This record gives sequence, structure tokens and C-alpha cells, in this order.
Amino acid sequence: MAIFNLNINGETKEVDVDPATPMLWVLRDHINLVGTKYGCGIAQCGACTVHLGDNAVRSCQLPVSAVGKQKITTIEGLSEHGDHPVQKAWLEIDVPQCGYCQAGQIMSASALLKRTPNPSDEEIESAMNGNICRCGTYTRIKKAIKTAASSENV
Amino acid sequence: MSTVKTKIGRRSFIKSSAMAGGGMMLGFSWLASCKMSPEEVNALPKEWFKINGYLKIADNGQVTILSPNPEGGQNVKTSMPMIVADELDVDWKNVIVEQAPLDTAAFTLQFLGGSQSIRRGWEGLRMAGASAKAMLIAAAAEAWQVPMEELTAANGIVTHAASDKSATYGELASAAATMKVPDEVQLKDIKDFNIIGTSHKNVDGHKIVTGKPLFGVDTYTEGMLTAMIVHPPAFGLKLKSIDDSEAKNMPGIKDVFTIKVFNDDYEKAFFDTRTFNEVAVVVGKSTWEVMQAKKVLKIECEPIESTTESRDRFGRKWQEHTPSDLESTSKHYAEMEAIASKKATVKRRDGNPENAFKNAAKVLEATYTAPFLAHNCMEPMNFFADVSQDKALLIGPLQKPELTEQTLSARLGMPVENIDIQMTRLGGGYGRRSYAHWLVEAALISQKMKAPVKLVYSREDDMTNGIYRPSYRATYRAALDADNNLIGFHVKTGGIPQSPLHENRFPAGAIENYLAEDWTIDTNLTVGSFRAPSSNFIACAEQSFLDEVAEAIGKDPIDFRLELLERAQNDPVGENNDYEAHRYAGVLKLVKEKSGWVNKEEGLSRGVAAYFCHNSYAAQVLDLTWENNEPVIKKVTCAIDCGIVVNPDAATNLAEGGIVDGIGNALYGEISFKDGVPDQRNFDTYRMIRMSEAPKEINVHFVESDIHPTGLGEPSFPPIFAALANAMYKSTGKRSYKQPFLKERELLG
Repeated sequence: MAIFNLNINGETKEVDVDPATPMLWVLRDHINLVGTKYGCGIAQCGACTVHLGDNAVRSCQLPVSAVGKQKITTIEGLSEHGDHPVQKAWLEIDVPQCGYCQAGQIMSASALLKRTPNPSDEEIESAMNGNICRCGTYTRIKKAIKTAASSENV
Repeated sequence: MSTVKTKIGRRSFIKSSAMAGGGMMLGFSWLASCKMSPEEVNALPKEWFKINGYLKIADNGQVTILSPNPEGGQNVKTSMPMIVADELDVDWKNVIVEQAPLDTAAFTLQFLGGSQSIRRGWEGLRMAGASAKAMLIAAAAEAWQVPMEELTAANGIVTHAASDKSATYGELASAAATMKVPDEVQLKDIKDFNIIGTSHKNVDGHKIVTGKPLFGVDTYTEGMLTAMIVHPPAFGLKLKSIDDSEAKNMPGIKDVFTIKVFNDDYEKAFFDTRTFNEVAVVVGKSTWEVMQAKKVLKIECEPIESTTESRDRFGRKWQEHTPSDLESTSKHYAEMEAIASKKATVKRRDGNPENAFKNAAKVLEATYTAPFLAHNCMEPMNFFADVSQDKALLIGPLQKPELTEQTLSARLGMPVENIDIQMTRLGGGYGRRSYAHWLVEAALISQKMKAPVKLVYSREDDMTNGIYRPSYRATYRAALDADNNLIGFHVKTGGIPQSPLHENRFPAGAIENYLAEDWTIDTNLTVGSFRAPSSNFIACAEQSFLDEVAEAIGKDPIDFRLELLERAQNDPVGENNDYEAHRYAGVLKLVKEKSGWVNKEEGLSRGVAAYFCHNSYAAQVLDLTWENNEPVIKKVTCAIDCGIVVNPDAATNLAEGGIVDGIGNALYGEISFKDGVPDQRNFDTYRMIRMSEAPKEINVHFVESDIHPTGLGEPSFPPIFAALANAMYKSTGKRSYKQPFLKERELLG
């Protein structure tokens, strides 16, 4: 066990855990941020996607010991009132079915739009192919990303 | 307006349910700690008045409607309350929706499955709203001393036009709550619906996109422990012993032991499962620590004995045989091929099919197979349990809470009154969460630990734990005369361990000489409902074969089907045909029009299919191109007749999902076995459809209808397999017979 001071959603959080513990479980079991979801544990489904700095990463493969001072943003910290353009677009297009994968989808989509504000269909598919939606909301996810891209202040 | 006696659902209106007081609690971390402004606090309702089991009204006019059924993405948590709100005549923006508790006395059929939520809930939900409106009107009539007939209610306000009096529902709520429940209620004319038939957003949308705790796996309570299971690595094995010496000493581990899901003398009910009855359990402080301990837990297994046990299917008994082999997929297919040449059980026979085939100028024959499939819900199986000596609290995602409650009651020896099952949003169900052995496991673990416990399956535990879609095989034959008339039709099909045959479905009823027969093969793999059970295979086989027949006859595939349906409509063969031919034809005609069937875009390959299941009709046209040895699906056009559509945009979403799901399973879906061990354990080996493989465009069209709503969760799923197969044939010149199609193509080269 070791103590880590983590920068999560702009706040410092102290945890005392095994250094090998993936951030996914640090967030869920130790910091009570449960929006980040477990789906496969092997970086194949994208349900656990968070931002490390500006990059979308799979938190199930990110040991807490590798985080250091880098900023972590989870779905809970993407915006203060759930009004990030991607979240707004998700609501406008009414994307979710079961909803379980959608936090990961939104984190991947918001990271994409940060580096590529007006992505092509191919760029969207390439960035989002790591996120499985078992309910099959892909056409709506794509539409919502385009809606968010066309709005301001992404 | 139609007058309906409230007797059917009456007990739900008079029973004092969990809604008394401040509404239901989904305790613990479910209480969001949002800070409100003083204005918001002032606008809060001061008092709630329970009008009936489904709804309560606050002094400020807000209405809370309980959604009775589990929500797993089919959007019933929005659409079921919409039905209540419409009959109540309240503005949707003043409605708050809460998940109802499991209350079998207050609500009927609180289950998710068979595309039945809206269909079965329809009348009760309407009566709940209409009778509450009648009680509000009665309260106003009494206050103003005027006859009820002179009052009208709309938009949350009761009005007496003659005296120019009006009162809001909020003002009337306290008096309305004391009114007699009417013996009869007036239901609206369909043309007067103002919420039903208009699109409303998912009531949980904001919580989903902001990551609020909604799912069972998000349940955390003070002092809660985490548990995971270790089950035998192969079907056909059972636990013999465990060596927990190392695992028990791992950091954070509280205990390691084994549990038996069902007692040996228990007669399993329909949704109970015989998968790995005894499992090892690791309990600890956190998920990661438990996962590490699992890795060092040693288990020893031994072969199961072959058994035959009595099962109970809602009062009807059947014998279930469990062979003791270590089964392999190669052997499964060989067994299916062997049994297919033997005598089968004749389920339907019209005319003289043997003669028709004997006299045929040409006989077409094709055989179709499909593998076992895993449900792969994105939220792995899990449940929270807090069981003490005399009561049990269970929180989590499941599809058949009412039935599971009885199973748990039998296992714990505890009356159902002492068991409280609370439903959370399901991170996908698709049938898998009807088989809630994990709820029983969670309860047993909590009982043993004397502590609240959350049981969580890893993805690998989930995928290798059975309850698969069965593996199937079907051989179709068609007899054509010298003039290319279809004079005979034969289907012989079966599966491991269930048959997919629906002998009275189309094209039965449309062909003079018809024979349908089936067989089954026992297995120790466990199977269960999977979105559109059995239809999800037989639709593909049947609709692929009809495409082949249409081509052999030289007819357009839609026109060919319409001709058959015309025969079934005007001069049906046999009785018991369980579809309405004109509605079936209706979706084909609509998809023909909407897809621009006669003006196909250059360069696209196009396939069509249609199917009837779960009380609804669906037809689809799929357009694709072929790039890098894989199909690129450009567009799917879908027509559905499911009666009245309650929430059109949500219904469209659900149909889109069925289409994407179907394409994924048709192209990639498979769980295979070697010596009882699943070859796929996680998403690195089990290929799931991803965004780039989904259709670039999906257009869903609903047949306008006054028929009361039928099913929607399932009907869009089965036909898409065949629409895809038929389009792939147009593109490649090769028919697809073996699912998953992409693997078949790789094997064929």
C-alpha cells in the first residue's frame, strides 16, 4: 500500500492503495466516482475512458502509480452542470439506450473534439472504435458528435 | 371515449403501497447531494398526496409517476409514465418519474422481456391515469357542488365552464386522495392523445451523461464488502475442492468459501439455471484486491454425473437431461448434421408435402447453422445484498424480479414479505438478466458474511457462465413445378438444446403443401432467452431461403413475398396461422416505398427481409458495398408495425439498436467450445460490432396504426440477419449459410 495524492476533476484526492491498482478501481472503490465504468478490464471496450491531461485513456489499464501530477478528468468533472457541448448534444440527440457505456463514449468524444474540432466521419469512427455500445447506438453517437462539433466552445 | 371497468387493475388502486409518505427510497449513495438555491427550495412541493398505486400529486401540481417495469435501455421508464400522464391530462414537464419498487400486489407483470412491457402495461397504465383524473374531477365537483359531468380536466387544471371556476390538480390533490376509486373510468379516444405519440426525452438522460450512480454496480454502502466468484473452467465440470491458503492471506481479503446456489432437493423454476451450482467465493474490501486473490485461489474440479431432473415451467413440469461430456463445437455441428437426417417430430403438415416434392420439376434445398451466442451486457452481472436473519435487501439489475423473489425465498427459507428487491437501471439485459442466479449468490454471500455485500462478475466470469443463445441448424426445401410455381415447402430444424421452429408462422398458411418438423439435442451448456429467442435464428434461415426461392423462380423478392401473403390473406392454408397477413404485407410495402426499392442507387448491393415476432411486424432493406473483404453497410431502411407508437424517437432508437445488434451478431457473434471450455472469454476474442461497422445511416418508419401497442424491443432484430445475408449475396455471388458470416467467408476463402 502507498499513499497517492491525485488531481481528479480539479481536486486533490488522497488514497492509500496498492500502487498497481488501476485508476478505474481507485475512482470507483476509493473516491466514490462511479460514473467511470468497468466493462472488460483489458482496454477493449472503452467503458472506463477518462482524460489524462487532454488525452482519452482506458483507466482499467492505468495504474495509480503512473498518474503522478497529471490531471485526471472523469465524466463527473467534464462540466460543472452537465452542460459540456458533448453532453448537451447527447441529450439533444437522446443517444442512450441502457446508458452504461455512454460515459466512456462521451469522454472519448470530448477528447476527440478537443484535438479535432471538426472531425470527418472517418476521424469519428477511428476515434470511437475503441468504445463498444452493446445496445447499438452508434449512429446516434456519430450524430451527437457532429452536433457538438457544430456548436461553439467545444 | 371508451369506458373500462377498473376491476382488472383495482387492487393496484386501492392497495397502500410503498408510495405512502415521501415516496420510495433508493437508499444509500443514491441520494444525490445537489445543493439547491432558495428559489428552488421554495418551489419544492410541501406535501404529496397519493392518488393511487401509480401516482401521487403534490400541492404545487407536480406529479410523480412510478414506472413499474425494469429499465434496460428499452426506454420504458419514460414511455410507461407517458401513458399514465396522457390519461391524467397533465403537462409532461410537471411529471417526475421514479422507478417503482417490486410490489406484486400493486403492479402486475413487473418484468422486462418478450417485448411485453408496454403491451401488457397499456391498459393498467391508462386506467391509473384516467381514474386519478376522475378522482380529481370528483373532488372539484364536491367542492363546487356541481355535477361531475359539467367538469372538464386538461393540462393539470379542472374547469367548470358554466361558473368560470377552475382549480389546479395541486389544489385538488388532498381532497382527490380521499375520493372513492371509480368503478369505471373513461379512457381517451386515440385521437385525443397528446403525450402518447409525441417524442419525449429519456427521463434519466441527464443522469446518464453526467455519470450519476444509476446502475446496480454503482451501489456502495457503508461497510459494504465486494465479492467475486470462481467457477469451474469448463461446462461438464463441478467443484471438488478449493485451496484458499494463499488467497485468504492476500491484502484486503476477508474470506474465501464455497456456496451452493440451489439446494439439491430444490425443483428449479423456469428462470433458475443449472450452470455451476457450486462456486468458490472471494470476499474482500475492494474489487482490485478481490481480483488479485482470485488469481491465486486454486480450485480442483471433477466431471459432473449425467442427470435428469424435474423442472417447473409455470406449473407445467418437464424433465431436463444434463449429459456429462466435455462438449466441443466441432462435435456439436457433427451431432446436428447427424440428427438432421433422422426422423424428427412433425409439428405441422398441410396438404401432401411428400407428393409435392415427388412430383416437383425442381427442388431447392439449403441448410443454415448458427453458433451459441453470449449476451455480453456491458454491465457485468452483479447484485447488492444485505441479508440478516429475518430480512433481505437486494439492490440491482434484473429482468424478472417477481420470479427471482420466489426463488430467493425458497433458498433462504424466508417469506417473500421479508424480501425487498429494488430495481436499478440495467446496463443491458437482452434476456441474460432474467436468470438471476447471481442475486441468489449475492444473498448467500451476505448471509454468510453477516454484512452488506456487492457481488460483481468479471467480464470473463460473465462470458463463460452460460445462459447462451442456443446453437441451431435448419434445412429448408422448396418444390417447384414445371412452371416455377412453389408447390411444396419443408422445414426441418432443431438446436442444442432447443428448437427454433415456429411452425404456424409465415410461410405456413401461404403454401398448399407444407411440412414443419423439429428435433433437439441435450447439452450441459446452459442456454436462455436472447433478444427475440429462436426468432433470432429461424428468421434468418427462412428469409434467406425465400430469397433463394424468389431468385430461382425469377421473381422480385418483395413481390414474391407479397404474393405469398396475398394467398395467406385471401385463401389461407390450414388454421392456426399466427400472423396477420395484411400487416405483414403492410411493412413490406412500406419498406419498398421508403427504401426506393425500384430505384436502387448505383453501386450498392441490396437485400430485403421481413419477420413477425413478439406481436409486431418488421421489414428491412439493407444497402452495402464490399470493401477489403468486409461489407460496408451504407443504409438500412426499416418499416415496423407495432401498433400505436408511444414515444416515436425512443422507439426509433430501439429499432436502430436492434438493427446494429443483429448485424454484429450475424457477422461476428460466436461463443465456441473445446472440451467444455469457452474459446472466448473477453472482448479481445469475442468480436463485438463497433462504430465503423455499423450502418452509416438507418431510417426507421412506423406503420400508422390505431391498434394497441404490441412489442418493439425484439422485432427489429431477427430480420436484419437475413437482409444482410441477402445483400451480401448480391454483392459477392455467394450465399451465406453459416453464422457468423465473416468467419464462414474466411473459411471459404
